Amino acid sequence: MRNAFCKVLTAASAAVLLSSLAAAPEALAAEKKAMSNIEKGKKLTFNRKKGNCLACHAIAGGKLPGNVGPPLLAMKARYPNKADLRATIWDRTKANPNTVMPPFGKHKILSDKDIDLITDFIHTL
Amino acid sequence: MKKAIALGVALFVLVTGTAFAKTNPKEDLKKFQNYYFKNFPNVPKNDFGNGIYALSKSLRDQWDSIEEFPPYELNIDRGEELWNKPFKNGKTHGSCFKNGGLGIKQNYPYFDTKKKTVKTFEQEINECRKANGEKPFKWKKGPITDVMAYLAYSSRGKKINVVIPNDDALKWYERGKKFFYAKRGQLNFSCADCHVKLPGKKIRANLLSTALGQVTHFPIYRSKWGGMGTIHRRYGGCNKQVRAKPFKAQSDSYRALEYFHTYMSNGLPLNGPGARF
Repeated sequence: MRNAFCKVLTAASAAVLLSSLAAAPEALAAEKKAMSNIEKGKKLTFNRKKGNCLACHAIAGGKLPGNVGPPLLAMKARYPNKADLRATIWDRTKANPNTVMPPFGKHKILSDKDIDLITDFIHTL
Repeated sequence: MKKAIALGVALFVLVTGTAFAKTNPKEDLKKFQNYYFKNFPNVPKNDFGNGIYALSKSLRDQWDSIEEFPPYELNIDRGEELWNKPFKNGKTHGSCFKNGGLGIKQNYPYFDTKKKTVKTFEQEINECRKANGEKPFKWKKGPITDVMAYLAYSSRGKKINVVIPNDDALKWYERGKKFFYAKRGQLNFSCADCHVKLPGKKIRANLLSTALGQVTHFPIYRSKWGGMGTIHRRYGGCNKQVRAKPFKAQSDSYRALEYFHTYMSNGLPLNGPGARF
């Protein structure tokens, strides 16, 4: 009897284990991908030949920032809608013709893919 | 009849409207300079010619130590020698200029009313060489910066006095003004974006200078260049930085720009040649 109980328990825990094993890779992979996108975005943001965002904006983790634009923080509060942040990076002149911010998408300074990644990163700030 | 009156009124408005819209360089100049005086109340007028070193105490200290043994000193000496060295025909550069070319840099660029074009000092030096059977200098660096360093040095303390004598000259002024305020390049910056809107701010670690006073100290020794350059060399560098195709040195575009740019610093004392890091 006791043996039987043990067997059931073992089987049950094995089932739980198995199911969690099955679920983990997907969740983990998605999380990993999001993380790596943010990491990629960060690199593009800081790269002088790509976003070079530090030229004008202070960003946590970046050295010697310029002070032409506002520091990039509380971005989720400032841009609840991530698409608005992306639109700003893509072409700030649309909302403000007098801006000095380069129109990164419109002038093909960055590819659309790079702008997606940079948006992902900046939205975490 | 009513129609005729309406037409007359419309014409009147049109004519006077354009008359009022005509560029007024004197007004521009006043507004331009006052803007900087207002925004940098602690910078004396004559200090604007010292560029970013007028805006930052720590940079000023570093710069002062550079100026103790100026990197352009040899250029002045070489320039003097070259200026006075006779051409094959026995004449010298000085023979082409008023006062032998000394102490006259404050009047450049000027509008040549006969040729109806803006003339720069560099341009007239090369015209002088050609007229005397000598090979012209290259425009942006090398011997031209040596003689310009000597001529600038001889004009130190003279106040910039660029003149716009007539409507033809006004067209060149307007062309330069348009260049100065127009956004350009992949990065979409105008001269004015950085040097009117943002002087005193930093692009990464680089402090942006005021447009007022930028022209006072050319030619310059620039550490980044490891040598000297003319103002048109610098214009080319600025254009490249905003990822625009630079114009040729002494092109109409840059001469027009220099005309407007220098006019905006009228009244400031020359202090060239300069050193910049």
